[in-house]
Amino acid sequence: MRRGRFTGYWLMLPAALWLGVFFVIPFYSLLATSLYDPEGSVLTGYDVTYHVANFWDAISEHWDELFRSLWYAGAATLICAALGYLLAYAIAFKAGRWRNFLLVLVIAPFFTSFLVRTLSWKLILADDGFVVDTLQTLHLMGEDGRLLATPVAVIAGLVYNFLPFMVLPLYASLEKIDGRLVEAASDLYASPTRGFLKVTLPLSMPGLVAGTLLTFIPAAGDYINAQLLGSTNQRMVGNVIQDLFTDTGDYAAAGALSVTLMAIIVGLVVIYIRKAGTEELL
Amino acid sequence: MAGSSGISRRTALRGGAGLALGAASLGVLPLFGTPDRKQDPASCTTRDLSDSERRLIVSNWPGYMDEDDEGYVSTLTEFQKRTGIKVDYTADVNDNLEFFAKVVNQLGSCETSKRDMFMLTDWMAARMIQIGWIQPLDASKVPNLHANLIDSLAGVGWDPERKYSAPWQSGLTGIAYNKSKVKDVRTFEELLTRKDLKGRVTLLTEMRDTMGLALLSQGADPAQFTPDEWDNALDAVSRARKDGQIRAFTGNDYIQDLAAGNVLACEAWSGDVAAAEDPNIVFVAPEEGQMIWADNMLVPNLASHQGNAEEWINYYYEPEVAAKLAAYVWYICPVKGAQEAMEKVDPSLVDNPLIFPDAKSLATTHSFMALEEFQVRAYEKDFADVSGG
Repeated sequence: MRRGRFTGYWLMLPAALWLGVFFVIPFYSLLATSLYDPEGSVLTGYDVTYHVANFWDAISEHWDELFRSLWYAGAATLICAALGYLLAYAIAFKAGRWRNFLLVLVIAPFFTSFLVRTLSWKLILADDGFVVDTLQTLHLMGEDGRLLATPVAVIAGLVYNFLPFMVLPLYASLEKIDGRLVEAASDLYASPTRGFLKVTLPLSMPGLVAGTLLTFIPAAGDYINAQLLGSTNQRMVGNVIQDLFTDTGDYAAAGALSVTLMAIIVGLVVIYIRKAGTEELL
Repeated sequence: MAGSSGISRRTALRGGAGLALGAASLGVLPLFGTPDRKQDPASCTTRDLSDSERRLIVSNWPGYMDEDDEGYVSTLTEFQKRTGIKVDYTADVNDNLEFFAKVVNQLGSCETSKRDMFMLTDWMAARMIQIGWIQPLDASKVPNLHANLIDSLAGVGWDPERKYSAPWQSGLTGIAYNKSKVKDVRTFEELLTRKDLKGRVTLLTEMRDTMGLALLSQGADPAQFTPDEWDNALDAVSRARKDGQIRAFTGNDYIQDLAAGNVLACEAWSGDVAAAEDPNIVFVAPEEGQMIWADNMLVPNLASHQGNAEEWINYYYEPEVAAKLAAYVWYICPVKGAQEAMEKVDPSLVDNPLIFPDAKSLATTHSFMALEEFQVRAYEKDFADVSGG
């Protein structure tokens, strides 16, 4: 069977090429950018001088936004996990014949653009909008209280935009669970709560881990929500990077900050996967 | 044991391969540097084919040109008929930086951008002239430009004699407020300090616009200011931001918030207010003075139809043509005499202050000084620290 010897490699080739062109080369380019001589400019050109101090400068100067990004993304991921688990559980076990319909509803927002969806939250959370009015009428919020341009709005935007990425993997792993295992637990006198904690939850862990990663990673780098729903006090690191690249034209700092963000996220993800212990993902 | 030596060999091989990959990676990084983009417009030229080839390739912003309609002949069609020059007109300038990125590889290495003319905003025009990408215009071929350009745009710091650039359309940066929600706002100072506006004010992310107004409200001249004056103006904006007076720094997206009442008053561009056509939104020139800007016609290096481009500029500086265009695009018309010519085109627009600001208003306009690249970096960074972090 000589034919089979290289088949695997040939089949890998398109993916490898794709990865090479759209990941490896841009990655090197970004790494090079982070090591540019900060004295250069877009006009006079940039040389790669391995100026490692770019990293130190970028981190010390934009520490606030880096930290804020991680905290907003972390909060959004937790809320997504809570909401998403309930929803995925309900769809998988309680929806009956509505199951497919509900799944379509989860994906439905993707039929409109990310930008339009985020902008429409601006209308919902507006100062004179019904949400703020209702909260004020119920005295849950002061007369001059507001939602737009606060951390609440930004985190809500992140939760809304990334919720489907939490629900879908959770649903996939919940749906696979053999109902007889839960029945067996109750036969063995486990209370429903105990049955859930001992059977359903552990079996759905791969979905939960995949969901948190798919939510946390893009949320930490997102800048649209902070830009549209936040104010200058809610800027995330993505906004800073964008400004540095476009307005300030300081490529060295922008590159260093991007690489730093990437390194932090990869570090957190590795620790998380080790702790969560889902070998299936590695 | 064979096993243990095997593992250590494998580890050694892996380590070696890792080191080699790391070293090779560091080695290829310099390939990703960027070259010097400066050019010399005197040497980076080509033969002008205008006399034999009656063509002209123009890139402009969308919505910046009138269009043929039943019975209406556009200024562009009229130009082609009168001169016999066939114009390839494309509206492919959406953003100054994006357009810069589009042409940087060609113009930065003295290759043709395949365009004879494009329109860019002041600061980007200044930047391109400074790095030698733009050809000087022959003043004798554009007499209308020098005769009819309005005074507020005649002398800008980065092109004092309008040797390289000709304003296409222009606009003002001032204040807008929603008159159904708030009492008159008259000064930039009020935006930064008035209590009833707290948290309901937006400023623009354009450093030159916002800091221009801030400098004016400190009594400084944006066309010529000292580092101290800059610091004071920056402090004023910074204080307002820390007090929670300023809600956000925005691009074009402030108009919806202003109309909806989320924002009561803001720094605004006259063109946006004109386009919004909302009777509650009022544009005012701040009492301290306002900023004027323009999108400028530029002829890049290696343009092969410069003569035709100059004919185009001269044509659009005829008051009748300018009036016809202004009636369609609703920006501030940079051509003297167009207001009188407007009587015949559309009498209802003659007194529209968003197309023809009166002399009193124009007398209060200022433009931002020409900046060297290192100053751009420093000022943009200062401003980003205030508008951002």
